[in-house]
Amino acid sequence: MSTADLTARVRGSLVVARKWHPAEFVVWVMAAAAFVLFPRQLLLLNEIAILALFALSLDLILGYAGIVSLGHAAFLGMGAYTAGLVALHVTADPLVGLVIGMAASGLLGLVTSPLVLKGNDLTRLMVTLGIGLLMLELANSLGWLTGGADGLQGIAMGKILGLFEFDLFGKTAYAYSLTVLFLLFVLARRIVHSPFGLSLRAVRDNPLRAASSGVPIPWRLAAVYTLSAAYAGAAGALLAQTTQFVSLDVLDFHRSADVMLVLIIGGAGWLYGGIVGAAVFKLLQDWIAWFTPQYWQFWIGLFLVAFVLGGREILHGGIRALVARVSGRRGGGS
Amino acid sequence: MTLLTILIDGIAYGMVLFVLASGLSVTLGLMNFVNLAHGAFAMVGGYVTVLLMQRLGVPFLATLPAAFIVAAVAGLVLERTLYRPMYAKSHLDQVMFSIGLVFMAVAAMKYAVGSQQQIISLPSFLLGRFDVFGVSVGRYRLFVIVLCGLLALALHWGFVKTRFGSRLRAAVDDARVARGLGIPVTALFAVTFAVGSGLAGLGGALGVELLGLDPTFPLKFMIYFLIVVTVGGTTTITGPFFAAMLLGVADVGGKYFIPQAGAFIIYGVMVALLILRPEGLFARSRS
Repeated sequence: MSTADLTARVRGSLVVARKWHPAEFVVWVMAAAAFVLFPRQLLLLNEIAILALFALSLDLILGYAGIVSLGHAAFLGMGAYTAGLVALHVTADPLVGLVIGMAASGLLGLVTSPLVLKGNDLTRLMVTLGIGLLMLELANSLGWLTGGADGLQGIAMGKILGLFEFDLFGKTAYAYSLTVLFLLFVLARRIVHSPFGLSLRAVRDNPLRAASSGVPIPWRLAAVYTLSAAYAGAAGALLAQTTQFVSLDVLDFHRSADVMLVLIIGGAGWLYGGIVGAAVFKLLQDWIAWFTPQYWQFWIGLFLVAFVLGGREILHGGIRALVARVSGRRGGGS
Repeated sequence: MTLLTILIDGIAYGMVLFVLASGLSVTLGLMNFVNLAHGAFAMVGGYVTVLLMQRLGVPFLATLPAAFIVAAVAGLVLERTLYRPMYAKSHLDQVMFSIGLVFMAVAAMKYAVGSQQQIISLPSFLLGRFDVFGVSVGRYRLFVIVLCGLLALALHWGFVKTRFGSRLRAAVDDARVARGLGIPVTALFAVTFAVGSGLAGLGGALGVELLGLDPTFPLKFMIYFLIVVTVGGTTTITGPFFAAMLLGVADVGGKYFIPQAGAFIIYGVMVALLILRPEGLFARSRS
């Protein structure tokens, strides 16, 4: 087969992969329908959308490039604090804050990427953990800028595009977060189904082979790490803007652990894992907090342990069987 | 003279960290298992001491063996039941699993004992300070240094001189070959895990006075254990020992001289060391 043939085939397969599956439309229609169906739950839905975006950002590095991270909260926090500070000192326009928050987090990602990309899984886990804790400590000690343990208070947001004002019930907040999530999702979808995304997966599956086929591994990984950091920054900015408050909690270790759990629930490497996982995680957390507000962490922990010890196979196997049955019935058995 | 006092405080702190983390370094080296829940065993030991003293009036020194035994038994049982299936899984799964255990331990301890800081009243012969060549030294700190120092020597001896130790070192170097030579790696690991957990429990008990104790202990000190292990490497006992000393002195000194920097220095040093020496500061390079 000639090179031209191969290029054409790869290009063709990418075009096929880029096509939207009908089930994907269902997900987004449902997300939009939730706006009308659950008018009392909009604040929770907003949290789900933001967590989904945060998990999507982790999926970009974990699911597609195989980079493990235990300090992803660093970027969430960077975006949140930047957006909060922009709102306090520069402009109340949410979109400006969002863009600056993303840029700041992306920059942090770019700067820290050489540290993270060196070494094996174990070193990466520890370096990312260290960077996450460094950021928390930094925010804590720069009290004059970040408000220290009190957090950033008195953030007042302007109208989005000068039209939509934030309200108490989270109407604007959910619509805003969902729109940002959707746009960034479409972008991420396009990126992972591009030649660039393909090369990332090659690196994930076999770095040695990828390197010898001419993939510039450090550059590709640095690029996706920066992109992922910017996505996490967007999630942080949304969090700061819709809750109008930023505290040290955004940088806390449990944020990094939670988002990992979200992605593990939903499954990494297919972009929808973050959305599914975020919905399951938040509803679970909400439900557990309802009957045991103080000790919900215990049940999250138990869930994690059970999940990793064997629950995942059961859960994902069950879903796969269900999907196979449904699609089999629709397609008349295949 | 304050400088020497800080140095001694730092060494005492480092000694406790060493006892806390030594088990982790061996289990990490042996099974390549990332056990972030190591601190939970330390917390168990700490609470055994606190509760025995507060509720039953057991003297402090008598609670120390109990802290070791309870944590070791907990380690043995968990290793047999929950940890074993995890060895073959990815690092990520292991991390998630042990974080889950930490979350459970933290919440369970909150439920059982409450979330307040625990305080113990040390026996009078360990209270106060005395002068050694003009340097003021806390009695308890000296006690900790002597006890942990002896423990470190015993561990080193066990690791280097005994048959058990040489088997352990062989297994850490290459578990597959060691198994092929007839070394019972699985049993070796179970024993090491139990002893490591017990040492963590003992460290937790000794650390109540120096590090504080509340249910978030495993999360708060997780990073310290990881620093000791990653900086010290996993192939010796001396590596983690010197890493712990360095960490203890740097942390106490840093908090004394530059209090506004907080724990910043420590994390910064850790990240820098991981970049420069990913195999550990004192480890011989393995290829």
